[in-house]
Amino acid sequence: MTPSTAAQINSFLAALVLLTSFGMLVQKRLNGLIHLFAWQGLFLSVNTAIVGYVAGKDHLYLSSLLTLVLKVVLLPYILHLLINRLNIRKSVESIVNVPTTMLIGIGLVIFSYHLMGPVRELSTLITRSTLAVALATVLIGLLMMITRQHAVSQIIGFLALENGLFFAATSATYGMPLVVELGVALDILIAAFIFGIFFFHISSTFDSLDVGQMARLKED
Amino acid sequence: MNMSVTPLFLASLSLLLLLLPVALVPVLKHRQRVFIETAFMLAATASLLSVVAGIWTVATGSVGCVVLPVGLPDLPFHLRLDPLAGFFLTVIAGLSLYVSLYSVGYIKGYLSKRSVISLIIFYCLFVAGMLMVVLADDALFFLVAWEIMAGSSYFLVIFENERVENRRAAFVYIVIAHIGAIAILLAFGVLAGFASGFGSFQGYTFDAMRQAHFPLTWATAAFLLAFLGFGAKAGVVPLHVWLPEAHPVAPSNVSALMSGVMLKTAIYGIIRVTFDLIGSFPWWWGALVLGLGLISAVMGVLYALMQHDLKRLLAYHSVENIGIILIGIGLAMIFTSFGLPLLAALALVAGLYHTMNHAMFKGLLFMGAGAVLHATNERNMEEMGGLIHLMPWTAALFLIGCISIAALPPFNGFVSEWLTFQAFLLSPSLPNSLMKLLIPLGAALLALTGALAAACFVKAFGVTFLGHWRGHRTPQVHEADWPMRLGMISAALTCLGLGVLPTFFIGWLDRVPHQLLGSGLASTATAHGWMWLTPISYERASYSGVIVFSGILAVVLATYVFLHVKPSKIRKVAIWDCGFEKLTPRMQYNATSFAMPIRRIFGFLFHIREQVHLVPQRGHKAFPQQLRYRLRVRDRIWGWFYKPAVGVSFWISRKIGRLQQGRINTYLIYSFITIIVLLVFLR
Amino acid sequence: MNPRSLVIEFLQVVLLIGLAPAFTGWLRTVKCWTQGRTAAGLLQPYRDLRKLLAKEVVLAENASWIFRFTPYIVFGTAVLAGGIIPMISVDLPLAPTADVIVIIALFAVARFFTALAGMDIGTAFGGMGASREMTIASLAEPAMLMAIFTVSLANTSTSLSQIVQVILNGQPVLRPSIAFAFFAFVMIAIAETGRIPVDNPATHLELTMIHEAMILEYSGRHLALIEWGQMMKLLLFAAMGIAAFAPWGIAAAGSLHALPAALAVMVAKLAAIGLVIVMIETGLAKMRLFRLTDYLGAAFLLATLGMISFFILD
Repeated sequence: MTPSTAAQINSFLAALVLLTSFGMLVQKRLNGLIHLFAWQGLFLSVNTAIVGYVAGKDHLYLSSLLTLVLKVVLLPYILHLLINRLNIRKSVESIVNVPTTMLIGIGLVIFSYHLMGPVRELSTLITRSTLAVALATVLIGLLMMITRQHAVSQIIGFLALENGLFFAATSATYGMPLVVELGVALDILIAAFIFGIFFFHISSTFDSLDVGQMARLKED
Repeated sequence: MNMSVTPLFLASLSLLLLLLPVALVPVLKHRQRVFIETAFMLAATASLLSVVAGIWTVATGSVGCVVLPVGLPDLPFHLRLDPLAGFFLTVIAGLSLYVSLYSVGYIKGYLSKRSVISLIIFYCLFVAGMLMVVLADDALFFLVAWEIMAGSSYFLVIFENERVENRRAAFVYIVIAHIGAIAILLAFGVLAGFASGFGSFQGYTFDAMRQAHFPLTWATAAFLLAFLGFGAKAGVVPLHVWLPEAHPVAPSNVSALMSGVMLKTAIYGIIRVTFDLIGSFPWWWGALVLGLGLISAVMGVLYALMQHDLKRLLAYHSVENIGIILIGIGLAMIFTSFGLPLLAALALVAGLYHTMNHAMFKGLLFMGAGAVLHATNERNMEEMGGLIHLMPWTAALFLIGCISIAALPPFNGFVSEWLTFQAFLLSPSLPNSLMKLLIPLGAALLALTGALAAACFVKAFGVTFLGHWRGHRTPQVHEADWPMRLGMISAALTCLGLGVLPTFFIGWLDRVPHQLLGSGLASTATAHGWMWLTPISYERASYSGVIVFSGILAVVLATYVFLHVKPSKIRKVAIWDCGFEKLTPRMQYNATSFAMPIRRIFGFLFHIREQVHLVPQRGHKAFPQQLRYRLRVRDRIWGWFYKPAVGVSFWISRKIGRLQQGRINTYLIYSFITIIVLLVFLR
Repeated sequence: MNPRSLVIEFLQVVLLIGLAPAFTGWLRTVKCWTQGRTAAGLLQPYRDLRKLLAKEVVLAENASWIFRFTPYIVFGTAVLAGGIIPMISVDLPLAPTADVIVIIALFAVARFFTALAGMDIGTAFGGMGASREMTIASLAEPAMLMAIFTVSLANTSTSLSQIVQVILNGQPVLRPSIAFAFFAFVMIAIAETGRIPVDNPATHLELTMIHEAMILEYSGRHLALIEWGQMMKLLLFAAMGIAAFAPWGIAAAGSLHALPAALAVMVAKLAAIGLVIVMIETGLAKMRLFRLTDYLGAAFLLATLGMISFFILD
């Protein structure tokens, strides 16, 4: 594989990651949301492996494998388990104003492109052009957490945000040191469990996972 | 004055001819029919002279100047006819030529109702004012001409002054026109001050401004003021609110001129101030113009879709088209500021071409709407329908206007939109990475505008001219008379000509970008002969209006002949409608129902109040006896900007009003205090 | 302009007019197979057209000239567009007449007149169809142009035959922008040609029909021309997609000998596209009218992402 082919594949996977981010932003069904999240993880994992091959950094293979196990298999499985247990498998979330959300998303992409301009000029890595996409993924994840009402989609937004960070690390510096990555992966896993426990509590307290209900906690 | 025939001489002569009807008033006061014919023939002749002068100037690229010994002492009026002025002179006078012909027939409709003398006088003054605006070469004369134009059009708007809405519209118009005029005055003040120093008045000529070099901050201030002032005149969102009020209530021939060419004087002003007087500017000025142009285009067409008053709909389309023109100009400014004069020339030509196109098709459409109004006494489309059978000429000509404005080939609106798209696609040559990316996204908005405009004119034409008459009483409709038809036919032919033979016109107006940018388009655009328009290169993009037009025509004719070789019958029967029998005209889609899907999709941009009132039948709740539906769609901008502004100004007025006591002694005290204060300062 | 290219031009137009009903017939046949019905065969559309052409025209009393003129303009614009879009060879004398923007506008002309014809008779159905068609078109058009512009920017031309040549001469590159643009194009082409899930060409159900509602009152040769125009439009959108995204196999400039091979490749591609369309149509249900904004919005999003990734990633 030549570096130019690798760069092509890299930018193609970046495009797919971006697409899945947008897909999650507007997906109304929880089921579909989890699937999209799994796909995004898969693209990330493949991307990491390719970058690892081109850059000759072996530890990237390990983090690719880690991503595969954690984000493509384990987390989606936990989330599926969760929504089955809570009986919200088929639930459809009402999203206010899909087109506006999409336009804001597009705006965020352009903003991150503008922001990453100087970095792009200085960097010599083949992955430098995907940096803007990585930042955009982070921002879109955050946007998703803002626009969603449902606790499960908020956690997925959070996980997508983390995906963006991971992607940024891969494109900017060919990945973080392995220790850091392992730590983050562990954190994510623990976070998922904690969230899961929280969901049960929210669900049993409010009979719903709509975080809008939390407004009731405020004292008048 | 030099007496040999020069373009400027012709233009001056046409100004004099336009003032002649004023002198004729005492003679022909009591013979209004003759007066109408004489005055409008004079106006038409004058316009023709100006058209010749304009075409001549642009074709030769000549510049003529003259200093008139009138004006204020020591501050004479300057006149100048250069290619830019010549282009706008042609556009203004061209439409006023057609409209003057049309007016001969149209104004006669008023004869039985009221005296038309004031209408004719102000009409002539109005046209003269517009011509003077583009001829002016100093700030003083420019503003005088600007005020003549604004003032006379105010009296034209208020011509049918018995209606409250007309008086209100005229009031809004004059207020916004004057806020704009103040902004323009201040802009020229800044420019003149830096041109000659603040101690002298000699900076008031445009020549002095051209020579001067302005500090960026002050140039920006002057530009923003000028853009505010001219934007208010042009109807740029959010300064457009007067436009849909004032244009529809004026007599239709005046609406045609106001929408078709008066707005263009503001475009002229923007081009003159930025490209010619200031000369060099940062790229964000262009981005501002482009952004506001895009917003105006989209908002204008969406508001137009919500209208059911034919003339109001057309007025909102002027907002849209001014937006499209500004897109071209904004792109030209961006390209210029990055030092890409060739690309700027393409964008500028696109903007100017649309200026010319819009003048023609909007003039044509307003003349058509006038003919409908003249014939039916109705402006509300919900009452109309089926007029194509009663007014075949008007219908066919109005349809040409609709196709042109909807940017469909082979008519003219398409050519300028196509050129604008090509300009959009040149963004990769820009050095600024953000602009590179953002500009093509603007093309999507332009595409949306074009498609919505097509939807809007399907509605306008379909509801007005097709189907059955929707009103309760059957109208006594008559076709437009020959002078009116003649005006419309000439405008329609010009639309077709501009659409089919764009290379001629682009080759002609190429002197304008040469004058302003030092670079033209003609060498590439017309390089492959008169049939092919190739704005950048043959490989990049090409369009041939002639072949598209003749191609469609040829296939249509061939198919028609082929299918009619054998004589074939056509059986006329009652409407089938899937077998539904009790069809009434009230069941047709009307203007409101046609726009319903779009109203729902873009509803968040409007202030919509929808009320459905059911009167239940006794016994059967499921079958209501009567249903009343009320819909009110309002401009959000009015509530966002204007209501607060009006509130604040009333509040200030009330506070200041306390000074007014009604006792003369109090007023004397004010004067006394003022004198004392001034004396203290002058010590 | 040499006589050889004139021959090619003529051949292409004849092929378009002749093949369009077969393409529609192919779609219907495959659809029948997937749904377990017996197909009427590739030739059924030809029989329909022949029958319609022979029948007398039954016209509503108050139809104006617009109603009678529209079928010819629908047919005429389709034929003209067919002379411009490269299908079997890039060497078309008419190709520089119109770039891709003009071609889209030509379809818009046909749509404009069809919508007017729908309103001409003065029935509720006609107006309904016109209103819906124009609404969908106004949302589809920006997405269409964005998709096309992405391709144009990548190949520095808006002329289709030029785009084809650039793609043929260049190395095949994996470009995310083109991929996005392609999917957006497919979604919009489905909307523009009135296929499921946007419109169902086979139904005359009052509440759902869009295109059929406008042409409800047509009969005889008028209906034949409109149907034929619609079939050509479908074929032309397929040809446009092939030219913009996968032109490999088309005859390069000026060779007559390459034509049969190019034709074979073209037919194979069209057959494949037919299969894909049928898969989409069988797999999806028609959408509610107001769900279409989501559909078209998604298409617009894809096209915009394509445009953005052209600048960011390419």
